[in-house]
Amino acid sequence: MSKAVLDVKDLSVSFRTREGLVTAVNSISFSVGAGEVLGLVGESGSGKSVTGLAVLGLIDPPGEIDPRSSIKINERELIGLPEEKLRRVRGKDVAMIFQDPMTTLNPVLRIDTQMIEAIRAHEKISEKAARERARQALEKVGIPSADERLKAYPGQFSGGMRQRVAIATALLNRPTVLVADEPTTALDVTIQAQILSEVQQLCSETGTALVWITHDLSVVAGLADRVAVMYAGRIVEEGPVSAVLEAPIHPYAAGLIGSVPSRNKRGVPLAQIRGMTPSLTNLPPGCPFAPRCDYATDICRSTMPEPTPYEGGRAARCHHPLSAPTPAAA
Amino acid sequence: MTTPSANPATKSAAKAGSGPDMSRPILELDHIHKRFTRSLDMAEKVANLFGAGLQDQVVRAVDDVSLTVARGEVVGLVGESGCGKSTLGRVIAGILEASEGTVKYHGKEVSKMTGAERRATDLTIQMIFQDPMASLNPRMRVVDIIGEAPVVHGIIRRSEIDGYVSEVMRKVGLDPTTRMRYPHQFSGGQRARIGIARALAVNPKILVCDESTAALDVSIQAQVLNLFMDLRRELDLTYVFVSHDLGVVEHISDRVAVMYLGRIVELAKTEAIFEGPNHPYTRALLDEVPRLDATKKQFTALKGEIPSPLAPPPGCHFHPRCPFAFDRCRQERPALKEVGQGRLSACHLNDTAEGNPLMKANAPSVTS
Repeated sequence: MSKAVLDVKDLSVSFRTREGLVTAVNSISFSVGAGEVLGLVGESGSGKSVTGLAVLGLIDPPGEIDPRSSIKINERELIGLPEEKLRRVRGKDVAMIFQDPMTTLNPVLRIDTQMIEAIRAHEKISEKAARERARQALEKVGIPSADERLKAYPGQFSGGMRQRVAIATALLNRPTVLVADEPTTALDVTIQAQILSEVQQLCSETGTALVWITHDLSVVAGLADRVAVMYAGRIVEEGPVSAVLEAPIHPYAAGLIGSVPSRNKRGVPLAQIRGMTPSLTNLPPGCPFAPRCDYATDICRSTMPEPTPYEGGRAARCHHPLSAPTPAAA
Repeated sequence: MTTPSANPATKSAAKAGSGPDMSRPILELDHIHKRFTRSLDMAEKVANLFGAGLQDQVVRAVDDVSLTVARGEVVGLVGESGCGKSTLGRVIAGILEASEGTVKYHGKEVSKMTGAERRATDLTIQMIFQDPMASLNPRMRVVDIIGEAPVVHGIIRRSEIDGYVSEVMRKVGLDPTTRMRYPHQFSGGQRARIGIARALAVNPKILVCDESTAALDVSIQAQVLNLFMDLRRELDLTYVFVSHDLGVVEHISDRVAVMYLGRIVELAKTEAIFEGPNHPYTRALLDEVPRLDATKKQFTALKGEIPSPLAPPPGCHFHPRCPFAFDRCRQERPALKEVGQGRLSACHLNDTAEGNPLMKANAPSVTS
């Protein structure tokens, strides 16, 4: 792996609620190198989206990033930066694509207004030059007759086209890190494939580090280099995509992979994980997956397993690793 | 929460037993059309007085679709958004009236039935929706959501509602002691089960599932899909399964109908469709499904987007995106006809002298 451009260490995010303190993200660490794609996978409530927002410093009260956390982009610490400086980082060094492109786009402004604003917020260039760059960006994401389309409003685009505009906008300032939060979940497979192929190409061209947040393991399988599986606010397993999908170490990762329909024989009941995700306000002591796990023993119910490194650049938090690969030498 | 686990005995029986009996269809759709019309507004009518010549806008959401469903069968309807699969599902469920064509239940035309017979037929075809929160009344308790219809239709007396609802809830793996709660007190997967329980409460024979698992997490989706299959065995149900998720459809369907812009372009047994699609559109759809075993693949894409249903292209609707399109495709609508054992496809390629390139070994790619 090349040098990490995004380095997250012990990131914790908690929310003060009426039911008490909810730790949505619990001391997670990961890093992404230039041009690398990390798939962040988990079910609803696992903390994957909050992680993405935290990387952009977009956690608002009642949410709070633990001040002991560290998020570094190109060695520069983002935690503790004043809002004024964070604004300069956001959109320049790190950008985000959301599930719904209308989160990014303002419905009452033309596309060109929005894109030119995004460029000129970070760079002193003429409007003409900014417009030209916006036009090129639209062309790059496969929008035909970009010149005319620049003058359109978001509502005049189809869903897939809108998502492309959002992607083009995010890439305008050639960010070092791009965080994508389920950007293709609402799209049809054919449009999803178009967007995946474009994102894949763009990232390899520009060397942008990509964090792809999704609940869809099959998308991650095709797109990512590495995958991190989240459960109840923690990364329970991390490693190269093919290794994790072929032989998962953590029983939750195994359960998740096993329940994908295409992994199962037709007509035979799908493998399923029993029970449901625990409420974050009321996590069991020890491993949060223990109540649903077939391999759980007493130690799982009392002690939280620590992240253990394994050979091949893998790591998992489990007392009873499946398909036990050799633990990496300490 | 417990789920009725699959009984290995019934599982093997279902596998060994012969397929659904095609000679006695439970449901027959005959040349169904569904059109939505937007009539002219005042300004446009005035403009017409001055000779603007504007006309009503018509969307052919379902355009001449015929489909037969055998008893006990699971038919998957797949396609992109706007292809008419949900509209067709609604026509089957009787929520929408077809503009043209007939729906027959056990050989009898549904629209010609009256009185008690019509009501009974309407009850036997139930629909399960995508978003349980949007289809469950948030101000009603679960016991009333599930129990209202059977009471109204005289299946049970009001005094029996508690016992009856508890039994239905147990069937779908819900704890009956939670029946006095409101929908918001349940998780997403449990809400999906409530939607299923409500449909089952009137003893249906056919369930139309419209993207019923699309909003669920994979592990919950697996539980709900297993529940569907268990119920099929226990209650002898027939399913019309509408979904854009090909992985789900492949897993649970016996036959699959692929729709594009209001028309069925290919209809065949699930294995046949997934092993060797005949229609270029089917092929494109399958190529683009992300799969677990395809790690770090180069994504390819079919060019263009689904055209506006207001002005669909002439001839074969798919021709502007099809790499094999030739003159005939631009002029003549291909008929859906048998091109192999139990396989229907609407593609002119099957009539050419060289035959359909997709049906040969080393089939060329349809994506760029």
